[in-house]
Amino acid sequence: MNTAPTPSLPAAYGDKRQRDLANHLGMWTFIATEVLFFGGLFLAYFIYRITYPAAFAAGSHTLSFWRGTINTAVLITSSLTMALGDVYIKRGNRAALRNCVIATASLGILFLAIKASEYHEMYAKHLVPGLPFDSWVSPPMQLFVFLYFAMTGLHAAHMLIGLGLMAWLLRLNQHGRLTAAQHAPVEMFGLYWHFVDCVWVFLYPLLYLIPVLK
Amino acid sequence: MTERTQSIPRLVAVYLALLCLLTLTAVSTALPVGWWATPISLVIAFAKAFLIANFFMNLRGQPGIVRVFAAAGLFWLLILLVLSASDFFTRAWLG
Repeated sequence: MNTAPTPSLPAAYGDKRQRDLANHLGMWTFIATEVLFFGGLFLAYFIYRITYPAAFAAGSHTLSFWRGTINTAVLITSSLTMALGDVYIKRGNRAALRNCVIATASLGILFLAIKASEYHEMYAKHLVPGLPFDSWVSPPMQLFVFLYFAMTGLHAAHMLIGLGLMAWLLRLNQHGRLTAAQHAPVEMFGLYWHFVDCVWVFLYPLLYLIPVLK
Repeated sequence: MTERTQSIPRLVAVYLALLCLLTLTAVSTALPVGWWATPISLVIAFAKAFLIANFFMNLRGQPGIVRVFAAAGLFWLLILLVLSASDFFTRAWLG
């Protein structure tokens, strides 16, 4: 593989340190907007969960505990492989970066496959907003189902975008555009991927682990 | 940048800690704690998010201003949740 020369610093930056700082501040500002994006759904969730606790518990029990738990482990593992990829490219190891990104993407696809099997099961049980619900599904429980699809769907959309970005990273890496000095795309993508992991860490107990209260 | 470099053994240790916390969450669902189950699992979720942000996202190695930006996201989330909840939970007071 040919090694492209490190692009020179854009005129806006005095030195590499300033550019790195700008990258991080920009990315964390974006993540803050994402926190609020998901935050609106979490707010709706909390209000309706407090209003209809029994219906939300019943809705939660239509989901598979094991699918949620395994998917959490899958996503945490994909965060580790992404963090390792960042370490490797900072050491200039492009082959290890490629392996890490492929592992992360594979785990992301596994997560989405498990999620798709859950969506399919919901479809088979007639628990999909827009299709007629069966009579045993009370309107408050329909709210839970709606929030389940809105929250996991928005999360899955972020995962799909992440998979696209990883294809871009692999391409950059293949063309020798990622080096120890030029690792910002990997580091910034890592922040995005770990954030998506964090969102799931909260979705898991809130959607899958609602206790039935006597 | 005074960025602290990440060590692979530390990242793996954080990963194992995250898996332990996940196991703890899953096991805690079997405990007879009733209403407390959700607060307990949310506290564990915050612990997981703290580990992910500090180590995987390397916030601990960043200059203070980056950490302030990260905290600002949570602060605005708090405004969203607390102000909205203060409306929702006080509506009955007006009769």
